[in-house]
Amino acid sequence: MPKLTIDGIEIEVEAGTSVLQACEQLGIEIPRFCYHERLSVPANCRMCLVEMERAPKPIAACAMPCADGMVIKTDTPTVHKARKGVMEFLLINHPLDCPICDQGGECDLQDQAVAYGMDKGRYTEAKRAVKDKYMGPVIKTIMTRCIHCTRCVRFINEIAGVPALGGVFRGEHMEITTFVEQAIGSEMAGNLADVCPVGALTHKPYAFTARPWELRKTESVDVFDAVGSNIRVDVRGPEVMRVLPRVNEDINEEWLSDKSRYACDGLKRQRLDRPYVRKNGKLQPASWAEAFTAIAAKLKGLSGDRIAAITGDLVDVESVTALKDLMAALGSANLDCRQDGALYDTSVRAGYLFNSTIAGIEQADVILLVGTNPRHEAALVNARIRKRYLQGGLTVGVIGGNPSLNYPATILGNGPAAVQALIDGQGDFAAVLKNAKAPLIIVGQGAFQRPDALAVHALVRQLAESVGAVREGWNGFSMLHTAAGRVGALDVGFVPGPGGRDLAGILDGASKGAIEVVFLLGADEIDTAKLGSAFVIYQGHHGDAGAHRADVILPGAAYTEKNATYVNTEGRPQLGRLAVFPPGEAREDWKILRALSDVLGHTLPYDSLSQVRARMVEINPVFAKTNTVVPAPWQSFGTAGAVADTDFVSPVANFFMTDPISRASATMAACSETVQPAQERTGTHG
Amino acid sequence: MSAASAAPIQEPTSFAFTPENLDRAQKIIAKYPAGRQMSAVMPLLDLAQRQNDGWLPRVAMDYVADLLKMPRIKAYEVATFYTMYNLSPVGKHVVQVCTTTPCWLRGSDDVVKACEDKMGVALGETSADGRFTLREVECLGACVNAPIVQIGDDFYEDVSPQHMTAIIDALTRGEKPAAGSQTGRQASCPAGGPTTLKAFAAPQAKE
Repeated sequence: MPKLTIDGIEIEVEAGTSVLQACEQLGIEIPRFCYHERLSVPANCRMCLVEMERAPKPIAACAMPCADGMVIKTDTPTVHKARKGVMEFLLINHPLDCPICDQGGECDLQDQAVAYGMDKGRYTEAKRAVKDKYMGPVIKTIMTRCIHCTRCVRFINEIAGVPALGGVFRGEHMEITTFVEQAIGSEMAGNLADVCPVGALTHKPYAFTARPWELRKTESVDVFDAVGSNIRVDVRGPEVMRVLPRVNEDINEEWLSDKSRYACDGLKRQRLDRPYVRKNGKLQPASWAEAFTAIAAKLKGLSGDRIAAITGDLVDVESVTALKDLMAALGSANLDCRQDGALYDTSVRAGYLFNSTIAGIEQADVILLVGTNPRHEAALVNARIRKRYLQGGLTVGVIGGNPSLNYPATILGNGPAAVQALIDGQGDFAAVLKNAKAPLIIVGQGAFQRPDALAVHALVRQLAESVGAVREGWNGFSMLHTAAGRVGALDVGFVPGPGGRDLAGILDGASKGAIEVVFLLGADEIDTAKLGSAFVIYQGHHGDAGAHRADVILPGAAYTEKNATYVNTEGRPQLGRLAVFPPGEAREDWKILRALSDVLGHTLPYDSLSQVRARMVEINPVFAKTNTVVPAPWQSFGTAGAVADTDFVSPVANFFMTDPISRASATMAACSETVQPAQERTGTHG
Repeated sequence: MSAASAAPIQEPTSFAFTPENLDRAQKIIAKYPAGRQMSAVMPLLDLAQRQNDGWLPRVAMDYVADLLKMPRIKAYEVATFYTMYNLSPVGKHVVQVCTTTPCWLRGSDDVVKACEDKMGVALGETSADGRFTLREVECLGACVNAPIVQIGDDFYEDVSPQHMTAIIDALTRGEKPAAGSQTGRQASCPAGGPTTLKAFAAPQAKE
């Protein structure tokens, strides 16, 4: 533990800490461009120069490890002069175009030039110009502004694992480029604009739309996958301008997947902004009262077993709770939140959670992926696996599909037979898994979208138990969900009640006439053709498949428009917050259900959000504490039985279009056209 | 503002090592420890350049990168960093005249002039017949024998404009003029014979 003195203050730091990190621990600000705490340290911008006693010249703080007895000075005339000099060099070739630069107002170079630079330039010679590069539909480049910090190159190589960028030529002619003029085949490319300290890489969809000081910032939670990334929603007036990541070390660190970041333009298109009622086969605009009356008329005298409800992927826990209570009041047990047709035992919470937690991936030494392509289903979980891989000593096996992952993986098989083989100890990987210190089995929805899913669930549990994945202090059985609303709905028990029908049963009943009314809460991924002649109520925010089929449409709020709870795949309840109001006559979803219950004569017993949340806690105490994971006790789950040897298939075929919002997004459409093929090209097995 | 401009180049559509070169490539790769094959990128790019008439098309960089199982962009980074890799077609003989201070003081300007007159091209150009590419380079590290001209892999030292003309004539005839000092001195020994320590010199054979 080296002890050193910085600006006269003694500090003891962990061995291997750099001088810059030690300064940060003391709250001393050191300017920097190339240094980024999550990337490797190249020390090429030279902005972090500080003075070290007995050193002949200033040293780069980011690359100098602390040593015993060092005396560092960060506030001397030499340091100020060195920083001024470095800044002057950086600005030699940087254009003075801040007024037309999208980074203006949130630019490291701008801020640090003010704080550490000269008050005027002395450079009168010609500046260099660099041709802009094409990097795909989400990153806009103005390469003349580049200061060659190489953060983007390091990010794409290290974190994203797609070696698509590099610095070519040398000296004054150095340029950052893609190989060659291709879209970056990454699902995390948007972070490039975040790490860029200047305006060289900016967000293409956000170009020339707003200035940072015009935006109102709301801290919220992402819903495009089940990771529950923490986000900040930037709003101007009634419009969501952009979505940025928020640091949460347990979940997304400081990254965000491109879908979560750029699908927000879909919030402005295809919106349901008023109720509709189908009259004479055509959907007609209606008032709330008319819509409710139409529903009440249809439900009047109908017995509960002829009513069913299905929830979608983006639903919040509050509205699911309200719908569950309403269905109970109507006497229906036909509920299912698994609109993708996945089946698993929902009685044991540990059976459907990502028990190891996302941060826990870093403790695993052997990872088995069953029926999942984490790169497409949860890009940030995949980034965490890659982070673990880069730390060394990780073995990855894959059962099901041939996903193009950005770390080496062994393909062990395609279906349940490969899982059985591991239980029986066949093959080299079985021994590796058995001898692992912290084995982690990540099982995706692809393993459960089949008729024998309950037996598969039991089989994977058996594997976890046989290799000792569940032990004191470690639970290596992790289910990876794809829907943000899924775990929350499972936690409030939105699953078939006693004698109730599941999704297949509901669709079967509807097509045969046994189910007369189907309530779709944001459910668009079901096969609507199977709804037969049932009366369909669709509550949601986008005019997608569900609304198309509906007889009554109740316009709800999207995730940026309501205060709501979402539970991520780890079982971590988090609060999303209202950033803008829902458009037109649309309302927050639980309020719609509360109002409807009143018309139906089964008034729900809550009038405020806090009362709904109290009800949620009553159903499941995990909702009492947000942002924390309550470890679920391990119990037996699944139903042992015969499994057919059909292949596991990942449910996400197109990463960029998985839900009504991303399907309405023009940026996502552009991405699926250009980036999707590029992604397949850049994988280790691609 | 100034920007590097790249003229459009007629790229070949494919590249692969000849069997002999592939064999040499495997030997080069074997020099590096397992898992460090990437280290062989520079000799392999050089080999590819030699096979491809002295220049490296993009397909060749791709081929080398794929052979070494490294990202293509990394091979591209290396190839663009070093001036010894030619990214566009060159003449049969690449004539590189050093014009850094010692050579310049010893008359490299005249050597350049002789080259330009004889080849009919300016610095940085390739002659119309594709025989010569003339280049100006920074210090070749043989200042004691200034001025220096590098042609292909050979250094021509103590070059005067007359020597240069003769060398170009010989190359045009298809001959290979002798490399090394053009004035005949041994290595970098004094031009007029020994000047010091004469007493220790072996007695000269009587003539």
